[in-house]
This record gives sequence, structure tokens and C-alpha cells, in this order.
Amino acid sequence: MPDPNPSAVTGDDLRATRRARWRQVLPVLGAISVGGVLGSLSRYGVSVAMPHEPRDFAWATFGVNVIGCLLMGVLMALLEYARPGHPLLRPFLGIGVLGGFTTFSTYVVDTLRTSAEAPGTGLAYLLGTPLAALVAVWIGATLTRTTILRRRREPT
Amino acid sequence: MTVLLLAVGAAIGAPLRYLVDQLVRTRHDSVFPWGTFAVNVTGSFILGLVAGLPAPTGVTALIGVGFCGAFTTYSTFGYETLRLLQDGARLYAVLNAAASVAAGLGAGSIGLTLARALHG
Repeated sequence: MPDPNPSAVTGDDLRATRRARWRQVLPVLGAISVGGVLGSLSRYGVSVAMPHEPRDFAWATFGVNVIGCLLMGVLMALLEYARPGHPLLRPFLGIGVLGGFTTFSTYVVDTLRTSAEAPGTGLAYLLGTPLAALVAVWIGATLTRTTILRRRREPT
Repeated sequence: MTVLLLAVGAAIGAPLRYLVDQLVRTRHDSVFPWGTFAVNVTGSFILGLVAGLPAPTGVTALIGVGFCGAFTTYSTFGYETLRLLQDGARLYAVLNAAASVAAGLGAGSIGLTLARALHG
């Protein structure tokens, strides 16, 4: 007797699909994890080197976030306009290293703490960080893209 | 020890951010970067809690500096906002920046307040 439903998905099929998906995802998660540790340790290093009082402008976190955004702009333009590179490069550097290096939660808590003690400084930090971050990401992406396209046009 | 705990927190926080982002992307097909928004707001709440409690250095390193630091991100937030601007979705770009900051501050304050209330 023929199989009444040849396209039926068995439990074994489902398990095999799930295993295959994990085999694809695990290296990506691993790369992000290792990158995240490296980025976070670097951020910690900067915060130890540049400690700040709650009433002061949190220069360490500000700097880390702005530089991280600049590098993110560079990286994304490189991946888009230059050679794509290894498939794990973007998860490792972009999501892992730069994601771990920059932090939104510390920006938020720094803002709250500074605002409670020095409202003016708190406001400057609150508005200054996203503005500088956006400008940095734009500069990083634009400079990289322009450089790549100019080099491509020049005869070698 | 601080460095080791920080590394453990970051090793979990960074890939978890990616998983949350993927999960949100598969459920909400939207130009608005809800995934990054969700991790940043959640992470701000957790850090508020940790910052408001008299937590030992190890806990601060593991959950605060390591996990929350790696779980939340400024670089992707900045990049996604720029992409919205460049794609002509100016309103979404401004909304993303304003809503992320406002919701993050709200979540962080709730975390801090809750921690102080719990601690008494």
C-alpha cells in the first residue's frame, strides 16, 4: 500500500532539521561570545583607566560608545563595499567585539546617576552621547566607503 | 576574579543579544529595529536593579559590567539609526533614537527604584 501522505514530517526529520540548524548557528554564537568577551574586557580596561565620580561626565563610557560607533561604521562599509571576507567576520567583530565594547545600559545608568547629582552634566551626557555616536558612525561609514570607491577608480 | 566573572557574563550576554534580535526579526517584519530596542531596554532595567542593590563586586562584574554591558549595544543602535536616516525613514530614525533613550531611562529608573524599595 502506498504511503498515504508522502510529505509527512516524522519526528526523526524534525530532530535532524533542528540538529542541522544548530550546527549552522553554533559557530556564529561561539564567534559572538568570544568577540563579546574581548570587547567587554576592553571596555572594562578603559573604565578602570578613566574612573569617574557620579557627578562628573562619564568620559570613559562616552568614549567607548563613540569609538565603537565609529568602528562599526568602518566595519559595515568594509563588509559592504570591499570584499565580504569570512562569514564569521561580521558576527565576531560587529555583533561580538563592538557589541560587547559598547554599552547602552551603562549609558542609561550613568545618565540617571549624574542627573541626580549634577543635572546640567547629566543633560549634556544624555544628549551628547547619541549625537556624537550618530556622527561617529556616519563619519566611519562615509570615509571608508569614499576611500574604497576612490581606490577602485584609480588605475593600479 | 572580577575579570573572570566579567568574561563569563559577557560570554552569555553577547550571544543572547543576537538570539533575541533573531527571534524578534522572525516575529516582526518591520523596518523599526525592535530587536536592539528590546535588548537595550531590558538590559537597562537589569543594570538599574544591580546598581540599586548593595551587590558585591563579583555580582556587579558578572551581571552589571559583563552581562548587561555585552547584552546591550550602542554601536548597533547607532548603525541602525544611521541606516534608517540614509534609507529615507527619517521619522523612524528620530523615533528610534528618542524612544530607545526614553524607554531605556524609564526602565533603568524602574530598576533602580525597585531595587531601593526591595532593599528598604
